[in-house]
Amino acid sequence: MDRLARIVGVGAGVALAIGLWMGLVQAPPDAVQGEVQRIMYVHVPSILTAYLAFTVVLVASIAYLVRGSRHWDRLAHASAEVGVVFTGITLVTGSVWGKPTWGVWWTWDARLTGTAVLFLIYVGYLMLRSVVDDRDRAGRYAAVIGILGFLNVIFTHMAVEWFRTLHQPSSLARGTIDSALYVPLMVNLGAFVLLYSYFMLRRVRLGALEEAVEEEVLR
Amino acid sequence: MGHDGTGGVSLRVRGLSKAFRGAWALRGVDLDLGPGETLVLFGPNGSGKTTLLKILATLLRPTRGTGTLGGADLLQEREHVRRRVGLVSHGSYLYDDLTPRENLAFAAALHGDRTSGQAVTAAMERLGLVGVADERVRTLSSGMKRRVTLARLLVHPVDLWLLDEPYTNLDQEATKVFEGILQEHQASGGLVVMATHNFLDGFKQATRIGILARGRLMVDEPRASLTFPAFQELYTLRAEGGER
Amino acid sequence: MSFRALAVEILRKDLRIEVRSREGINTLLFFSVLLVFLFRFAVGSTEIQIRQAAPGLLWLAFILTGLWGMTRIFQVERENDCLELLRLAPGDLGGLYLGKVLIGCCLMWAAELAILAMFGLFFHLDMLPVIGSLIPILVLGTVGFVAIGTLFAAITAHLKAREVLLPLLLFPLMVPILLAAGRLTHLALSGESLMAEAHWLRLLIGFDVVFLVLGYLTFPFVMED
Repeated sequence: MDRLARIVGVGAGVALAIGLWMGLVQAPPDAVQGEVQRIMYVHVPSILTAYLAFTVVLVASIAYLVRGSRHWDRLAHASAEVGVVFTGITLVTGSVWGKPTWGVWWTWDARLTGTAVLFLIYVGYLMLRSVVDDRDRAGRYAAVIGILGFLNVIFTHMAVEWFRTLHQPSSLARGTIDSALYVPLMVNLGAFVLLYSYFMLRRVRLGALEEAVEEEVLR
Repeated sequence: MGHDGTGGVSLRVRGLSKAFRGAWALRGVDLDLGPGETLVLFGPNGSGKTTLLKILATLLRPTRGTGTLGGADLLQEREHVRRRVGLVSHGSYLYDDLTPRENLAFAAALHGDRTSGQAVTAAMERLGLVGVADERVRTLSSGMKRRVTLARLLVHPVDLWLLDEPYTNLDQEATKVFEGILQEHQASGGLVVMATHNFLDGFKQATRIGILARGRLMVDEPRASLTFPAFQELYTLRAEGGER
Repeated sequence: MSFRALAVEILRKDLRIEVRSREGINTLLFFSVLLVFLFRFAVGSTEIQIRQAAPGLLWLAFILTGLWGMTRIFQVERENDCLELLRLAPGDLGGLYLGKVLIGCCLMWAAELAILAMFGLFFHLDMLPVIGSLIPILVLGTVGFVAIGTLFAAITAHLKAREVLLPLLLFPLMVPILLAAGRLTHLALSGESLMAEAHWLRLLIGFDVVFLVLGYLTFPFVMED
């Protein structure tokens, strides 16, 4: 397990180095926004990885409620933590991107608002966990949030999208993105997913160790 | 009054243990209780009596161990176990703004019995509650409230009575009534697990004596094998002397 | 006991208690009136400003009042350990959830009608002609709020941090309702037909269905142990 983590970690580091070089140095700057647009290479993979993380939380939460095995709970907890971190990165990079582009640090456009709500929901998830003493009960309560939160985000995105948008429409979805930008983006995305996996492997292991220590004290 | 349908179920528990954040509240408890038997548990505060009762009531999930009540598994078939169990605990389980009649009818309805007007009236008569049947529980004395709580045991037939300090707040007359319904329940094959600090009365009602200390069942003997003084000595030795 | 029967028993029991003690409804009404009072002073004095802000303020008032209402739902059980009594019921605990959602909705609707009346009074808005459009919005929006609120109230019922945690968990999930119901209320108050932006209605209906079902399914897990 530790070996796997180390391999993934190294892989993530390498991929990230390559990807960031490609994005921040090699790729051409945007015709309109200039160099600032390069932040996309961090911002977009970040939110996509966050979505991956919260999907894992959803699946692990359902599995924990149905099966009850501690493994699922550890997985959910770890993925929520990592997901919150990546969401935070998304918000910060989004804000940094926005300042020179739109002139303000924060706007209430659809994407950013949806991401902020996402952040709040899963921070709530983590806070709930920290407040409940009983580990199994905390896991069950958190699983409920993990499930409801995920579905809620879908509704939130729909609602916020309908309401207003300043954000540029998703270039990825529309497929008009220049191949020169597409490749570095994909490389960075891959790097972020590897990074996620590395954090997960470490965090889940840490969670298992914490629980083992508690078990020992019981003896 | 009909406590039928109990048809002799048994309680079997093996290795029941419960840990709360880093400490064992209950360790390796084994029990065997047959129809008509009454296990009375004694032990100092914090010895695990309430925890054990709550686990048997399926309110708590044990950390380790297994158990069955009348064949229904304590862990896997909790709903079936709940159907057979009546719990009287520290809380009154009564809604202050409802009358005894309404509280009892609600309790019966929760247990699936909605045509229970008769059972409720009979239970109230048995516990001497007819006079206050339609007054809000808020206005009753704690002794009367305790009677209503006990009456819950009669409004729907259950096999196992779990009683946590049932003698609290009962005056002499109410104590007599309580022991009366207890004995009727025993006679019809019902099981009882009772935790109490009331040494004398508890001892008298028991068919088995149990002593819990620090989560372990130190003593589990048929009452017939002990005299009261012998029991008192045993208690002092095992519960308070405290060997692990 | 079937979940429907259990839900009805819970509703009847809670209605009886609310009618008798009037604790819940009194506090709710007083609180909501107070809130509207404060809004009146917080918002500017121009009629136009108020009219524009009204839909959002209305739903803000509903949700803030609702926060207290959701705490109330299990308050009756917190006294005298009655939550344990309910957990001992050998029936489908999802029925308990539905019963509590029903009583929650009853309390909320009573408060919402009072708030509507206050709004009409304080802000000189004529609600009556458009009441036909307002009612469905009130119903749909409230059900969604109560569906999630009841579940979270059960989760936080025994926590010391309950007062902070309930809004912290609940409010981010209310964004779709606030947006949809706010928009629809704006249409209604402007005298327009709701069907002009029917997608908001569909969103609310979908929201309600999804979270009622989720609540029903996950509530037993929240209650156990």
